[in-house]
Amino acid sequence: MENSKPLISVKNLSKSYEGHKVLGKISVDIEEGDLVSIIGPSGCGKSTFLRCLNCLEIIDSGSVVIDKIALERKSANEPISDDFHDKAHQLRQHVGMVFQAFNLFPHKTLLQNVMLGPLVVKKEKPDIVEEKARHLLRKVGLSHFAERYPESVSGGQRQRAAIARALAMNPKVMLYDEPTSSIDPEMVDEVLQVMRDLDKEGMTQLIVTHEMKFARDASDYIIYMEHGEFIEISDEDEIFIAPKDERTRRFLRNFM
Amino acid sequence: MIKKILLLGGVFTASLFGAMDASTLYWASDAESDAPYIFHDINDYEKIIGFEVEIVDSIAQKIGKKTVFVQNDWDSIIAGLQRGHLYDIAINGIDVTPDKQRFVNFSIPYYITYYQLVVRADNKSIHSLADCAGKSVGTLKCSNAYQYLEEVGNVDIRDYTSEVNGFSDLKIGRIDAVLFEAPIDLFYAEPDTSLKKTGGPIGKIQYAIAVRKDDKLLLSQINRSLYTMQHNGELRKILERWKLWNPYTAAYLNDYSTVVIEPDGYNDFLNCFYKNISWAERFERYFGAWPFLLDAAWMTMKLSFVSMIFAISLGFFIAIIRVYGPMPIQLLSMLYIEIVRGTPLLIQMLFIFYGLPLIGVEFSPFVAGILALGINYSAYEAENYRAGLLSVHRGQMEAARALGMTHNQALRYVIIPQAIRFVIPPVTNDFISLLKDSSLVSVITIVELTKAYQQLTTNHYDYFGMGILVAAVYLLLGLPFVRFSRWAEKRLTYRYMRHKALEKKKIIF
Ligand SMILES: Nc1ncnc2c1ncn2[C@@H]1O[C@H](COP(=O)(O)OP(=O)(O)OP(=O)(O)O)[C@@H](O)[C@H]1O
Ligand SMILES: [Mg+2]
Repeated sequence: MENSKPLISVKNLSKSYEGHKVLGKISVDIEEGDLVSIIGPSGCGKSTFLRCLNCLEIIDSGSVVIDKIALERKSANEPISDDFHDKAHQLRQHVGMVFQAFNLFPHKTLLQNVMLGPLVVKKEKPDIVEEKARHLLRKVGLSHFAERYPESVSGGQRQRAAIARALAMNPKVMLYDEPTSSIDPEMVDEVLQVMRDLDKEGMTQLIVTHEMKFARDASDYIIYMEHGEFIEISDEDEIFIAPKDERTRRFLRNFM
Repeated sequence: MIKKILLLGGVFTASLFGAMDASTLYWASDAESDAPYIFHDINDYEKIIGFEVEIVDSIAQKIGKKTVFVQNDWDSIIAGLQRGHLYDIAINGIDVTPDKQRFVNFSIPYYITYYQLVVRADNKSIHSLADCAGKSVGTLKCSNAYQYLEEVGNVDIRDYTSEVNGFSDLKIGRIDAVLFEAPIDLFYAEPDTSLKKTGGPIGKIQYAIAVRKDDKLLLSQINRSLYTMQHNGELRKILERWKLWNPYTAAYLNDYSTVVIEPDGYNDFLNCFYKNISWAERFERYFGAWPFLLDAAWMTMKLSFVSMIFAISLGFFIAIIRVYGPMPIQLLSMLYIEIVRGTPLLIQMLFIFYGLPLIGVEFSPFVAGILALGINYSAYEAENYRAGLLSVHRGQMEAARALGMTHNQALRYVIIPQAIRFVIPPVTNDFISLLKDSSLVSVITIVELTKAYQQLTTNHYDYFGMGILVAAVYLLLGLPFVRFSRWAEKRLTYRYMRHKALEKKKIIF
């Protein structure tokens, strides 16, 4: 690799809620184009980690660098400066987020959902935005549903629309927090397929998931998390066949 | 002698800027007072008549001024005079008492009268104040009569704001006697065969015109005019026209002569008031009331709409900072909501209109009314919006922020549009209740629908017909707003439910 600088670089990231430690000194580098799955038991801090990456939660200490935008905090007592807020705001525009509950805007059609970000945040021209939005909906297989409201489409379709909505901002990184957990099993694959396609296009993606098969097939590598720490970062095959850590083995045994 | 009533027209816009016309005598009274003081002419609702109207006209003529009538509730008539910039004098059966004299000056009296007990015609037990012990007796609140009854001890005293209600309760046996001022008895009890006076005169009441303390020139002009009227027979003529001449006044004026003057005013009143009228005449009467009611309805509508818009905007702002503002501001807005919601609207209104001028903040009646209603309702609207904002799932804010929107953008494009749908029904509710609460502005000199109704009913007791008429007007005022909000609610809901509904239909067929 000639470009050795990682797209995402996390150092000593810590986060607590009311004295209860959720993330403890996490450090990780992620290269551009990687598809990384994060697995681990419930409550271990997977969502919190993702939310710290795009500043939906503010880190207590450590640093997060994504695409050269660096956020750093010495301790939880350090007041949050305007500069920090500005950077967080910039960073969010480069990071797409997809939620377990879709969180589509119910008062807007799928097309309007996809268009809203570029219109409001980037103040782009409506006709250009619409063209791009229709293109994205086609890409996720929803061109016939553009004028529908979220209420009236299936879970799989909603999640694909949510992905298109995030993509409309041209993010450098996509974060997914259990994107298929609220979807009927027969619809899961259509969502995963969108992520596979994005991977082929070279999108950097972090996915918190319980879809072990998908994690194994599609990921470049897998992170196993427990009690707010990264226990093991392994190759997708390695971790399933021969986990390095005893805790990983115990966790995976329940899934196999 | 007949005044055209000005509803909030020139007077109030003029008085708003403190620019009351110096060549005009602005006089205040409550046209809800019964005959013979000041009341609406049954034959022409646009006119107010009564012996006090005639006295004012005569005085104004003597000092070379036009007159303009300003309506105010009897309860706040002295407060309004003291406040200034509303009217120059108050004349409304106001008796001279030391506690009132502390705040305003009084002219020389123009009439002397007394309290009089009235009972049902078949009553044999009450002949004097002392006989009232153990009985229930009605009187006007805040009057000296109240004190007399208290001194008897063991009297069940009932407060009335209008004598008319006292008499009707007496007739149906809710109370045993009433103690009102003699002129009222003359017009409402004596002609009624089911009632009778009992015992002699009680106390002594001197009616005089109230003038601001600093208005020395006006006071002396009024006194000079009254003095002239007392001595050239003009005052006696007015009093005789209303059959009010009595020994007390005769003694006061030292006029024991006998003259014959027809009590025209009194006779006209009796003819109208105690006549059984046909339905045709009744409808004609209602028809005549229309212009007056329409003016009042217009006032109610203006007040309600402007107040509501004010309440909605202010409430919206407060809800936003209550939910999303920094902690100290959240607390402040919570405090605002609790204080405004927790104190009576009437007190807020009196405070704004009569209280604030003491610290130099003065509003016209209309503006004060809007402020009081708007501020009061803003607290309720804020709570509505708060509930609406909180009912939007927090994932919506996160999704918007994750797209890179600022907090304000997320509110504007994502949260508020969804919250609005939730708040339409409660806001509609509040508008209807504001429409009715707007009647409280009668304490700050505004005549709106309820006040108009009260003024129109006091002179012929037609609570039934007038009641239906006014209720209908209220409904008509509220209806367009209700229709509009139903429509808006439907529109906002259907816009994203419609597809679902259609889909369901497909399954059925
Ligand atoms: N806003 C919050 N306030 C307090 N505690 C929180 C908050 N959010 C998360 N936590 C706690 O932090 C810990 C990690 O939560 P997180 O949601 O990151 O776990 P997770 O790995 O995503 O779990 P799951 O698989 O159930 O989604 C949990 O113990 C949770 O109770
Ligand atoms: Mg989670």
